[in-house]
Amino acid sequence: MHPILKTILQRLGLGLLTLFVVSLIIFSALQFLPGDFATAVLGQAATPETVAAFRKELGLNDPAVLRYLQWIGGVLQGDFGSSFSGRSAGREREVMELIAPRLWNTLFLAGMTAVIAVPLSLALGISAALYRNSLYDRSINATTLTTISFPEFFVAYILILLLATLWKVFPSLANVRPDTPLMDRIYMCALPALTLTLVIVAHMMRMTRAAIINLLASPYIEMARLKGVSSSKVILKHALPNAWAPIVNVIAFNLAYLVVGVVVVEVVFVYPGIGQLMVDAVSTRDIPVVQACALIFAATYILLNLFADIVSIITNPRLLHPR
Amino acid sequence: MSNDDQTYSAAGEVAIVTTRRTWAQRAWRELKKAPLTAWFGLIVIATYMFVALFAPWVAPYGESQIFDTPYAPWSSEFIFGTDQLGRDVWTRLVYGARNTIGIAVATTLLSFLIGGSLGVMAAINRSWLDQGLSRFVDVLMAIPSLIFSLMLLSIFGSNVWNLIMIIAVLDSTRVFRLARAVSLNVVVMDYVEASRLRGESLGWVMRHDILPNILPPLVAEFGLRFCFVFLTIASLSFLGVGIQPPTADWGSMVRENAQLISFAEYDLKAAMTPLLPAGAIALLTVAVNFVVDWFLHKTSGIRDEK
Repeated sequence: MHPILKTILQRLGLGLLTLFVVSLIIFSALQFLPGDFATAVLGQAATPETVAAFRKELGLNDPAVLRYLQWIGGVLQGDFGSSFSGRSAGREREVMELIAPRLWNTLFLAGMTAVIAVPLSLALGISAALYRNSLYDRSINATTLTTISFPEFFVAYILILLLATLWKVFPSLANVRPDTPLMDRIYMCALPALTLTLVIVAHMMRMTRAAIINLLASPYIEMARLKGVSSSKVILKHALPNAWAPIVNVIAFNLAYLVVGVVVVEVVFVYPGIGQLMVDAVSTRDIPVVQACALIFAATYILLNLFADIVSIITNPRLLHPR
Repeated sequence: MSNDDQTYSAAGEVAIVTTRRTWAQRAWRELKKAPLTAWFGLIVIATYMFVALFAPWVAPYGESQIFDTPYAPWSSEFIFGTDQLGRDVWTRLVYGARNTIGIAVATTLLSFLIGGSLGVMAAINRSWLDQGLSRFVDVLMAIPSLIFSLMLLSIFGSNVWNLIMIIAVLDSTRVFRLARAVSLNVVVMDYVEASRLRGESLGWVMRHDILPNILPPLVAEFGLRFCFVFLTIASLSFLGVGIQPPTADWGSMVRENAQLISFAEYDLKAAMTPLLPAGAIALLTVAVNFVVDWFLHKTSGIRDEK
């Protein structure tokens, strides 16, 4: 077998193993629930019989292994169980029903951010490496260093203050509906996407710049320079192909970070995404919803990191041509 | 030791005697050479610490003292106006410094205590303990920490102690990795082996042989982790699941006053109110980053580029 295939298969296996253990951890969260939880969910008026029935329905009387198998089996078929909220009133909803439209919204926002942020940070990083130590480079560096240390909600509110209330360019709320047309949707998502872009561009741009500058010291770049190749060509043709692995890594890392950043930003802009759903579920202690959201977030995070790993293996020329 | 002309002393005989500088003198010498950004960071941190420690004297009113007018404008009576319940925003900011920074420092200390000691122990032990802990940490780090802490908070409930414990444990994974990696280089030294052969206990070796040698990277990491913990706690409080009211805290202050921002056209000052606690968070993070940057530069000579 080609050694690169073997490495990739190993990584895939490791990723699946991690996913499995993470699902175990998320599942076992239910085990740590305090004893009075059924009462807390059903309300004080619940009779001992309904509490007992609820415990039975949660399966708290079955052995944990059996419950895990049932739960993960349901998850694999897209069934996350039913939500706790509204249970005392007798109106329960499937978790999947709550999540599906919101997951699509979140993916839309994250995708839109990625489409803006990735090319932008690559362009900024490469140009900063090209005009290293110039005023342009230094001002970009200073700006990105400060935006890195700002909390997301600070960036978000500054943007709202400037672009939504002082100059009414964009709406400050992004409460899209399923029937909102695409152009309106993009317009409404402008500020959330811009906030997320500002937060992640800084990191990606700095890493791109650092990866390229690191390579500029190598002898083969020196050689290309001595041949008389122009400096933009040195960077684009000679340095960039070798810098792809770290750059792709940091891009995937930041897209994974988007998953986390999206929670805060969705709450600020009242965007009906999965992050906001999770925060609401945490404050009402709606455990099945929290578990489902946590599993989706963790799986995205792990898969993106796995993808970055594999891309950096594939793009590494030394691994492609084994001796 | 006095040094006047009457008594005989070596210092008086010899023209230049190199006396060993005290710690304070050395620190001052380094500080004088520090760049402007580091000075800025140190001054900001010192100011925050002063405000946090002497909050009752700095603040004009009590922490949850309620006045008649909610959302009062900025005035001489209420410097930054009042919030949605009619509490003085400036007072809340001052007490918020105490609560937010205090909780973040406590969490970071706890996470260093857990992660640091386990990391060093794993580096010395290098057997099943090391393997077990490292794999466990790998798995914990595979879940984004904000998501993980949200999940744990929903299970254990939101209060300050749970918040500190959960974030400290989740954050100690990063500390563990660093402590283990840097102490691996120290553990193989001969003097460590000598003290182990001498029969010193594990705790003694950790404290006397390893800790002094891994301190510089750990101190720098402390600054960075503090920023991270601080931002996580602020985000959680902002989301409403962190520090709970009526405790004054910057993250929840942003959320409580956020509506004011839509009145920017009529009263720009009032619209700035939610930005004040957010700005306070941002300023402290920037300041700590500047200081850490300078410290890393000093201790390891790491440079951005050649």
